[in-house]
Amino acid sequence: MPTPIISIRGLHKWYSGVHALNGIDLDLEPGEPVGLVGDNGAGKSTLIKVLSGVELPDSGEIRVEGRLAALRSPKSAMRLGIETVYQYNSLVPNMSVARNLFIGREPLTFSLGGVGIMDQRKMREDSTRAIADVDLHLRSPDTLVGELSGGQRQGVAIARAMYFKSKVLILDEPTNHLSVRETSKVLGFVKGLAAQNVTAILISHNLHHVFVSCQRVVAMARGKIVLDKKIAETSIDEIVDVI
Amino acid sequence: MKRALKIYLEKPELAGILLLIVLMAFFEVRSNGIFLSYQNVRGVLGLLPEVGAVTTGFAMLMICGEFDLSVGSVFAIMPMSIALMLNAGVPFWPAFAVGVLICAIIGFLNAFITLRFDIPSFITTLGMLFMVRSLTIVMSGGFPPLLAVDKIPMGLFTDFIGGGLFRASFVWFVALVLVASAIMARTNFGNWISATGGFIEAARSMGIPVTRVKFTCFMMCSILAGLAGTVQVFRLKSPFPNLGETLELQAIAGSVIGGVALAGGVGTVSGAVVGALLIRVIDNGLVLSRIDANWFKFAIGALTVFAVVGNSWLRRTARRIKLEV
Repeated sequence: MPTPIISIRGLHKWYSGVHALNGIDLDLEPGEPVGLVGDNGAGKSTLIKVLSGVELPDSGEIRVEGRLAALRSPKSAMRLGIETVYQYNSLVPNMSVARNLFIGREPLTFSLGGVGIMDQRKMREDSTRAIADVDLHLRSPDTLVGELSGGQRQGVAIARAMYFKSKVLILDEPTNHLSVRETSKVLGFVKGLAAQNVTAILISHNLHHVFVSCQRVVAMARGKIVLDKKIAETSIDEIVDVI
Repeated sequence: MKRALKIYLEKPELAGILLLIVLMAFFEVRSNGIFLSYQNVRGVLGLLPEVGAVTTGFAMLMICGEFDLSVGSVFAIMPMSIALMLNAGVPFWPAFAVGVLICAIIGFLNAFITLRFDIPSFITTLGMLFMVRSLTIVMSGGFPPLLAVDKIPMGLFTDFIGGGLFRASFVWFVALVLVASAIMARTNFGNWISATGGFIEAARSMGIPVTRVKFTCFMMCSILAGLAGTVQVFRLKSPFPNLGETLELQAIAGSVIGGVALAGGVGTVSGAVVGALLIRVIDNGLVLSRIDANWFKFAIGALTVFAVVGNSWLRRTARRIKLEV
């Protein structure tokens, strides 16, 4: 059995009296897309926030590729290869695709104390390639993100994570507010991640989406994991019963 | 062709330049050729760097999603403190440095209060507008002190270069606009400013130091306002305590006329400078055309509303022109 890409032991988190995470133990295998499901308030958002460095856990440990990891900020999570795509997709509408792709990680030709001149040619060329790699077709990297459809935006966000060689890609309700066709496109992106050995964690209210795009499903309720099975060995009915 | 049209429509400063040319032609005819005469252009170019520098700092702050109503008061306090220090025997450069420091502190306080207590910068800087103005008047005792002109290296500030068309301040201003535009368009810091004003949650989740970006913009805006006021006082040779009143409104008007969005995230420094220039041209052109100067504010008001409506129309139209998807 390979080293788990992410290994969580005894994770606890309280929010003003609410036990949001109550002893989570979880191992994620490299390249295995996992669906994380649960009702509102089950703790899945909290778990994701801890993994993406937005919130600090009160106790417990997280290992990334076997090494103890301190996820203190989104940046430190990104440095360990954990990227998150949110439903609002963390792209700036008034900026171009190329600028969005490199936001906060701009390649510089010259820099002084972290601030410097951006290598705009590299940004345009690499973003064109990164977008083509996720099978998204845009006319130009100079297009403003605000002009793209919801599905295309998620494609850009996923392309960004792929470009920076993320090992774990957390997708937090990426299909909310999307049309049926756009949704299936995004689910297609998720399925494509396994081929590139990226571990996808898909958070969704829609169990059907999880069943078509993941190989394993983890269900949470009241801060605990209540079910953890291969998709082939469970059913939508069984999951609905536990959450 | 379609591409050229789309590029044109996406750049509100181009529409501003077009309007500028039309207005200049109009005033040139109405004033019987005085508007573009050497003496008049010389006068307009003397005032432009002062208003322009304030607008530059203001526009960058607005693009990062914040606001500074205190620029008019800061415009007055820096030259006032320099004048008083000179009269107290402080040599010029230390006095100048302290003046810059005072502005930096005001900018820092604007940022600190706004971000620490999470209140709108509109309120913080409105308070600062009154407080700094009051300080300036108290410092001066209500009357403009004498300006020790002989202690000031005027050649570096407002003297005409070689007795020609341009003052030294104009050269500084051109350099400022070039540097500020390059920061916005070519550096990662410019990218962070746009992202912070465009969608702060996204900027934060991508690890951009949004607080540091805002602090920098607030402080830069105050320092530029102070420097601009200092240049104006050196040109007029008298530090009036009420200098720069309602200047903040001109800075807002200039910025939005030039296509900077009130909500942040959108706009360019060059656009805002074109906006500031438009205001100067209208001010001067109305006088030279013998139109009652009291129409100036009406014209600026109408232009502001017209420009914002026009800019959002341009942006929508540009968005609708889809080249091959």
